[in-house]
Amino acid sequence: MKTLVCMKQVPQKEAPLKLNEAGNWIREEVSYEVNEPDAYALEEALRQKEKHGGEVVVITAGPARAQQVLREALAKGADRAVHLEDNAFVGLDALNTARAFAAAIKDEKFDLIFTGLQSDDYGYAQTGVVLAELLGWPHATIIMQIEKNDAGIRVKRELEAGFFQYVDMPLPAVLTIQSGINKLRYATLIGIKQAKNKPMRKVALAEVQSAVSANLQKIERLYVPQKTKNTEFLEGPPAEVAKKLVDKLRNEVRVL
Amino acid sequence: MADVILVVVEQREGKLNRVSWETLTAGQALAAETGWTLEAAVVGSSVAALAQEVAAKKVDKVYAVESPKLEPYTPDAFAAALKQFLESKQPKLVLMPHTYQVRDFIPKLATTMGRAAISDCIGYKKDGHKLVFTRQMFQGKLSADVSFTCDAPWFVTFQSGSFRGDQVAEGAAAAPVETVNVEIAEGVIRTKPQAAFKEAKQAVDLTQAQIIVSVGRGIKEQKNIELAKQLADALGGEIAASRPVCDSGWLPMDRQVGSSGQTVAPKLYLALGISGAIQHIVGMKGSHTIIAINKDSEAPIFEIADYAVVGNLFDIVPPLIEEVKKAKAGS
Repeated sequence: MKTLVCMKQVPQKEAPLKLNEAGNWIREEVSYEVNEPDAYALEEALRQKEKHGGEVVVITAGPARAQQVLREALAKGADRAVHLEDNAFVGLDALNTARAFAAAIKDEKFDLIFTGLQSDDYGYAQTGVVLAELLGWPHATIIMQIEKNDAGIRVKRELEAGFFQYVDMPLPAVLTIQSGINKLRYATLIGIKQAKNKPMRKVALAEVQSAVSANLQKIERLYVPQKTKNTEFLEGPPAEVAKKLVDKLRNEVRVL
Repeated sequence: MADVILVVVEQREGKLNRVSWETLTAGQALAAETGWTLEAAVVGSSVAALAQEVAAKKVDKVYAVESPKLEPYTPDAFAAALKQFLESKQPKLVLMPHTYQVRDFIPKLATTMGRAAISDCIGYKKDGHKLVFTRQMFQGKLSADVSFTCDAPWFVTFQSGSFRGDQVAEGAAAAPVETVNVEIAEGVIRTKPQAAFKEAKQAVDLTQAQIIVSVGRGIKEQKNIELAKQLADALGGEIAASRPVCDSGWLPMDRQVGSSGQTVAPKLYLALGISGAIQHIVGMKGSHTIIAINKDSEAPIFEIADYAVVGNLFDIVPPLIEEVKKAKAGS
């Protein structure tokens, strides 16, 4: 089975964020990491390869720094990487990102394409579904299990409030993967060494330019959220804070 | 023809998803602000009764968009049906709740119509003549006001809890209901869904708990959950957790609070070592009182906490348990 995993590099979860001067994006001087759901998507692709054979290809669209996500994926066991490399990819909306991916892989024949269910920076949860529509493939979202069968695949889709649903579908298909579908592996030292020799294809923006167009939406302003809650911070050494909390629980919350 | 705001409500197995009232409230507010007409649509097979339910609210018209192929839900059928319907009606703005089902088809629908969807919005503003939609980014650390740079119809999904479903205005009289039959050709539907089921046998119903002590990644190890359990017991409450804790198997799935788990609104929600990611907040932001203990002063959970402690939960929880026990034993 040939699987493509779309991966994104996002600011680290604990990274303090600063606004740029224009007030419409963040300053890029932060540490980055792989988008967590994408790490689960990669792990799932690697497990499917271990079960059914085939190839795992990883792709990302981003600046030079995004290469790190691909290197880590190769170190974990992916076979090939494709890097759509340009600063401009950071600002593309889901539609144009999906168009760029579709253009970059037009000469390949994948059975499955995985994306994380959403990104930790934008959080739109759209790119995978848009990509499926552009390719004309069926899709399913928020997937917690994948089983191959003769007709294609049976996936377990997560619903709200603890419900799940199995869905049968043919291949090729696009799946958006939910965090927690599996347990993430660590890259081994051998894997890291081998990654250096695995193919990494660079694709310039110019190569996919004809496929993308202007964004259909625009971030007018990015800002620190206005606080609507009047949060009272309780301070002091732990013993004192504990007493203050109990005081609140008794007199304000009235649960004691 | 006046500009139309169309609210697409959600139904499953003949019952309206209550979150749809929140979206209708949002539609009513937007209609009041813009002067546009408000309409609603229910999509499914034989949904006329549900359309009548919606028509009792303050809305100008309700459509029952029907085809037997719309039951059960599939993204292929819903996208095809709504594309047909929207192309004939051409609303200006299409609003939906940001549910798992909507996420499954709205990007497909928007793309097939050459349009865009701004998802998971928590509000809107009028910036002169322009409408901008507010959404959280970077796991809630920053907010963005986003505008459309394409033609209508514009697709917007609203986060659960961002509008009050109980504030939806009733209509003076029942709005007219029109059934629209849509054609879904052979071969359009490519996925075969089975019946939904609940996996974990539900040992606890968190929605009934008045006091919840919830743990996040900050609890660090499974064995530390015992400490949180002691606090829950001392308070007479239930233990709960954010998704990563349940994914690791440290607590069963029926203890999960968040978009994939339970949505709770207890009298007291005590969040220990929870950062406050959007997917978790959505499940507990309606709590009456929120107390958060986290060692990261920038954690988004502090945006919604009533009482906040920036500190190490392992230093604070043990004396807290003692003080709670003293308070209960004493006066």
